[in-house]
Amino acid sequence: MEEINALLQGFGVALSPLNLLLMFVGVVLGIIIGVLPGLGGANGVAILLPLTFSMAQQPGGTTSAIILLSCIYWGALFGGAITSILFNIPGEPWSVATTFDGHPLAQLGRAGSALTAAFTSSFIGALIAVIMITFLSPVVAGFALRFGPPEFFSVYLLTFCAFVGMSGGNAAKTIASMMIGFALAAVGLDSVTGTLRLTFGFTSLLKGFDFLIAVIGLFGIGEILETLEEGLAFKGASARINFKVVLETWKELPRYWATSLRSAAVGCFMGIVPGGATPASFMSYGLARRLSKDGNDFGSGKVEGVVAPETAAHAAGTSALLPMITLGVPGSPTAAVLLGGLLIWGLQPGPLLFVEKPDFVWGLIASMYLGNIAGLIVVLTCVPLFAAILRIPFSIIAPVIIVICAIGAYTVHNSMFDVYLMVAFGVLGYAFKKLGYPLAPLVLALVLGDRAEENFRNAIKGSQGDLLVFFSNGLVGGLTSLALLLLFWPFIRAGWRMVLGKS
Amino acid sequence: MRNFTDRDWRGTTALTLFAAAAAMPTQALAAWEPTKTVEFIVPAGTGGGADQMARIIQGIIAKNKLMKEPMVVVNKAGGAGAEGFLDVKESKGDPHKIIITLSNLFTTPLATNTPFNWRDLTPVQMMALDNFVLWVNAETPYKTPTEYLAAVKAGGGKFKMGGTGSKQEDQIITVAIEKQTGAKFIYISYRGGGEVAVQLVGKHVDSTVNNPIEAVAQWRAGSLRPLCVFDAKRMPYKTKITKTMSWYDIPPCKDTGLDVEYLMLRGIFMPGGVTEEHKQYYVDLLKKVRETPDWKSFLEQGAFNQTTLTGKEYEAWVAREEARHILLMREAGFLAK
Amino acid sequence: MESEQQHSAASVRAVEIGVAVVIFLFGALVVFDSYRLGARWGDDGPQAGYFPFYVGLFICASGAAIFVRALRNTAFAAESFVSREELKKILTVLVPTIVYVSVIGYLGFYVASTLYIAYFMWHLGKYAWFKIAPVSIGVSVAFFLIFEIWFSVPLPKGPLEAALGLN
Repeated sequence: MEEINALLQGFGVALSPLNLLLMFVGVVLGIIIGVLPGLGGANGVAILLPLTFSMAQQPGGTTSAIILLSCIYWGALFGGAITSILFNIPGEPWSVATTFDGHPLAQLGRAGSALTAAFTSSFIGALIAVIMITFLSPVVAGFALRFGPPEFFSVYLLTFCAFVGMSGGNAAKTIASMMIGFALAAVGLDSVTGTLRLTFGFTSLLKGFDFLIAVIGLFGIGEILETLEEGLAFKGASARINFKVVLETWKELPRYWATSLRSAAVGCFMGIVPGGATPASFMSYGLARRLSKDGNDFGSGKVEGVVAPETAAHAAGTSALLPMITLGVPGSPTAAVLLGGLLIWGLQPGPLLFVEKPDFVWGLIASMYLGNIAGLIVVLTCVPLFAAILRIPFSIIAPVIIVICAIGAYTVHNSMFDVYLMVAFGVLGYAFKKLGYPLAPLVLALVLGDRAEENFRNAIKGSQGDLLVFFSNGLVGGLTSLALLLLFWPFIRAGWRMVLGKS
Repeated sequence: MRNFTDRDWRGTTALTLFAAAAAMPTQALAAWEPTKTVEFIVPAGTGGGADQMARIIQGIIAKNKLMKEPMVVVNKAGGAGAEGFLDVKESKGDPHKIIITLSNLFTTPLATNTPFNWRDLTPVQMMALDNFVLWVNAETPYKTPTEYLAAVKAGGGKFKMGGTGSKQEDQIITVAIEKQTGAKFIYISYRGGGEVAVQLVGKHVDSTVNNPIEAVAQWRAGSLRPLCVFDAKRMPYKTKITKTMSWYDIPPCKDTGLDVEYLMLRGIFMPGGVTEEHKQYYVDLLKKVRETPDWKSFLEQGAFNQTTLTGKEYEAWVAREEARHILLMREAGFLAK
Repeated sequence: MESEQQHSAASVRAVEIGVAVVIFLFGALVVFDSYRLGARWGDDGPQAGYFPFYVGLFICASGAAIFVRALRNTAFAAESFVSREELKKILTVLVPTIVYVSVIGYLGFYVASTLYIAYFMWHLGKYAWFKIAPVSIGVSVAFFLIFEIWFSVPLPKGPLEAALGLN
């Protein structure tokens, strides 16, 4: 096959000693970036972009440069899970859903298992996405072209319905939490009309509420406050830590093959569209919770609840590079920076890149395989090390975590206001958690709120007020119907049973 | 009013450059230099046009060791860039901060009432002007702006124009086209220029006014067709981009009967209250940047208008642009209440 | 779940009611600003305030519902939200944290972080100074190296960095 040959050549390019070294350097840098909340993959790549500038001038240098930068990206995808699991602080937006089951696992003393599951699933998600890119890119590349505002809205709606549908607990509190998320998402510039909303003249509110700051506060600081109440130690600190935990977890993982495949499919779809890795992880978690037989226990520390979001996030993050290469549309903020890098190095992402620079493209694809393997090796060997962080005495690690959170909150927008906000969110998170308000709907609404609204309004604008635009073709109609079906599934099922019962 | 770009600055360019060059030797001795890291603010998100230019400038400075202290790029995109401008406004007198601007220097305070104005800043150097091109999908039959706009008029307001942001440059050009021709568009705003170009390829919109660099890949692939450029003269780049056309072959809109001109500022500013010496340092620094081959190839790739201005001429140009934006935005009804 | 000996600092009911009131007021604020922006369904779709307006109404409604439930539920009144001992523990961390973030602007990130970590180790961990100093200073130096040198991400700096010529 033609692709195999091209790929083998790509491996030839990527396997030079220099490129291999860059790969490991990139992965390690990426993990550090991923661990530090706020300093996201996009920042990390952007910061190192000028360094690659002179690198790209040597022959074959553009490939080395993109290998370095994309490996930072893979590293960040891996690294985001670490703090999510250990401290309930997502290092990256797409690892928020990983906290839902990953942190409870750590509290049960199974941090090693959770980390192993997260890293392995990330790798599998990426692998499936790269295989798809290798063999199906001509077929799927054009798929993104079918997505206009109505289609994007239906994708976000689907994410939302997949996740929300059947959360238990107090309905009024769930609604309050979700609506507060939507309200916070609306703060700042309304991108459709260009007017400021809910800023009340405060310049600090211009940039709106970044969801990462809310999450660092609500989850991270809130968690520390809650821990304090019960004593000065993290739960699960006494866990046995050695490398065997990796092998034991691997034995457990094949059981979740259905969840893995489904999550990878969700991730690839969301990456190609491009809908983003964060919605992909939420959608995948929501679907796994509905479809798994342990679904009702999700949130109490299920390995499957780590597998689902991590597989999807990494599959989406990887396949997001496809629309970037073939269409020049970045599927994530990091891809946007990489895209800028390509332009600076004199490459033109677009339909012709595959034809004109096959060396570069196939070298990049080969580095996706190799970079992810490198990443997996690095993170897996460090599992005992990461898990051992929990053993550091609380009175040392707690202030360090808060310092990291503060730095993270600051670096998102280089703003001190965000640091104050983070503390406020921490208190809110503590109070909400104790009073039984669910936090996940708030976070999800904050992530998807403005995107969904923007696409909804653009779609309606385009159709001149006609709501049927959301059923105007097979694709958007199918997505919208699926979303509604998921949303009303509990009622439909109940209704169905009633009909059966009566007859 | 129809003639949107002022002309008189073009003649002064050469003079300015000469003046700057003449001033060089005397400046070399007394020169002030940064004593700590210089922050380069980008009032836009990562990956956009302004961000790219900032990072290329940073890259050129680092690669050629043009500055002793490091330079870091900081994105402050909130509130259509207001966050970045307010930050620089508050850093009055700080010589270790520079900012790259785009049209939001004018549009953001006008559209959102955010309290800043370019007069709060010190104009340093215009690096280039960004062109705008009217694009349609290559599968449509329109070969000239006249044909296309006739179709838009006949279509009864169902044609969609895609652009980046709201009440910003893309929408201003759209409204200018509407005023000039009587055609009516539905304006759909997106987050980034690359996204807009792809939406046009996917036929979710009927036309765009993308910058050259945002749409060039799709043009070369044969998916998009340029109709005209919103500048008074042709772009000077004669290297063939597609089999048959170069940037130079795209006619100015004015020559095709669509009398709309718009160029976007890509310029560097400092906070207010800095000394002449501080300013001169950056003028000289940026001059060295502009002389590198990397910079020249970057300009060609993005098919930029290579006008550069500094000093009084730059200030005068900015002032005229501001007046023009007020006029344009008032006509379009974009001014904040 | 609380033992009877512990003194309750606040009942669940009091906190429930307080939070519900705050939520209601927040919703009202959202409704108010959205109405100002235009909350109708215009000719070309919803106006800027359309969605926030209804979101605000939902917030108000849910706040009211929680308020009413909390008023009726007498069991809540007896239940303790947080005991005095717990509150004290939380405040010993929360107050220094608030102080920490508010002095960052004056002292810079690194100095403030060093002091904060040192305070924690001294007050909660009861460590000796010869252990506190290397850990707290070491962590800050590590962060300095990572952010300022390695990734060139500038964090706020204060008089000490200025004196050392590090900014």
